[in-house]
Amino acid sequence: MPSFGLVHIEFLLHGVVWTVVLSILAFIGGGAAGFLIALARVSPLRWVRGLAGVYVTIVQGTPLLVVMFLAYFGLTIIGLGQLPALVAAGLSMTVYAAAFLGEIWKGCIQSVPQAQWEAAECLALTRWQRMTKVILPQAMRIATPPTVGFMVQIVKNTSLASVVGFVELAQASKLINNSTFQPFISFGFAAAFYFLLCYPLSMWSQSLERTLNVAHR
Amino acid sequence: MSPIVKLKDVEKSFGALKVINGISFAVQRGEVVAIIGQSGSGKSTALRCINALESIDCGEIEVCGHKVHDAGLDKRALRTDVGIVFQSYNLFPHLTVEQNIILAPMAVKKMGRREAVEVSQEVLGKVGLLDKAASYPEQLSGGQQQRVAIARSLAMRPKVMLFDEVTSALDPQLTGEVLKVIEDLARSGMTMILVTHEMAFARQVASTVIYMRNGLIWEEGPSAILSAPGTAELRSFVGTGL
Repeated sequence: MPSFGLVHIEFLLHGVVWTVVLSILAFIGGGAAGFLIALARVSPLRWVRGLAGVYVTIVQGTPLLVVMFLAYFGLTIIGLGQLPALVAAGLSMTVYAAAFLGEIWKGCIQSVPQAQWEAAECLALTRWQRMTKVILPQAMRIATPPTVGFMVQIVKNTSLASVVGFVELAQASKLINNSTFQPFISFGFAAAFYFLLCYPLSMWSQSLERTLNVAHR
Repeated sequence: MSPIVKLKDVEKSFGALKVINGISFAVQRGEVVAIIGQSGSGKSTALRCINALESIDCGEIEVCGHKVHDAGLDKRALRTDVGIVFQSYNLFPHLTVEQNIILAPMAVKKMGRREAVEVSQEVLGKVGLLDKAASYPEQLSGGQQQRVAIARSLAMRPKVMLFDEVTSALDPQLTGEVLKVIEDLARSGMTMILVTHEMAFARQVASTVIYMRNGLIWEEGPSAILSAPGTAELRSFVGTGL
């Protein structure tokens, strides 16, 4: 039986790379879709607001694990063919992140005072101009700390992609444990790597929150 | 000459509360009208109805040829002709003074940056804040912010200016500097409607004073009515106001 060694660390590092790749995919996909969700959630059209609300409610009420299963196995069953694990995992993370980021950003948009909307409206700006030139720049400042904070959740939740056979950090540590039977060491290293990925993000989020509280610009 | 602002039998309720109970008045080009009255008398609501920030329940409002009561009203065309300044300034905090001012001329009137900056210099000159173009709103005093808000409105070259209790959040000294700007505007021939609590100022700059009470125009006349009220209510209101 091989015992835990350098070769395993190297294998874990490969897992780290895929965890990072999946996190980035989730953040880009979830960010783009989440932005649309946020805009839809504050739309003047009732049915658009309602539709986006239903999406958010369903996704927030469904375990990410189940979304992963649905994307990986479910799409095959309805005849869309087997998606590669990375695509299925990336898609699921996008669906998941979009709902949460959309809801976070909706809150940020709504926390810009109504008087700002009114002032922009009275200057004859169109709704889109009001949104892009007056509201969103202010909302983005408010949104930065919670968004960075949510990135930590994304990184940690990529571990669920192991259920569809995607070899990211968590799956890599499980495979190593299967051959070395040293769970404390292999999972301990995995935990350490997750921490190294997440800790800088948490610190960043906290420092952003501090600067935002000091200078309200 | 036909009036530039005309209200006819305007009524407005918020839920069960009737805020405006049938008011009519007209403002001629170049006229300065002061609307005074207790809090809750409907004066601010009346002002907000004039530029369609509030919709009215019945009656007619016509401003610079725009039929404000009409369902097909082009609100943006209306707002290009009517400027409004609020009690709480409502400057955009993420933009500098100059950026605040050039935003609408560039976005709405499709003005080039150079031309917009020239307009900004001109209106900042009018409110005496040429040196503050690069400042952010939070770096300015309340009075300066309010003057920037006035400049921002002026940059759109409105035909009518509305002022909604613009000095109510300011201490007496800062109030003075804002009122001076408004006075200069009045002298330049700008048509203005001001909702105000500054009786002395109303007497000084307004050509017409409208006293509102319980959603009605209780008394209306030249600013002299402030010295010689025709109704007991205005007499008691002016008595407390001075």
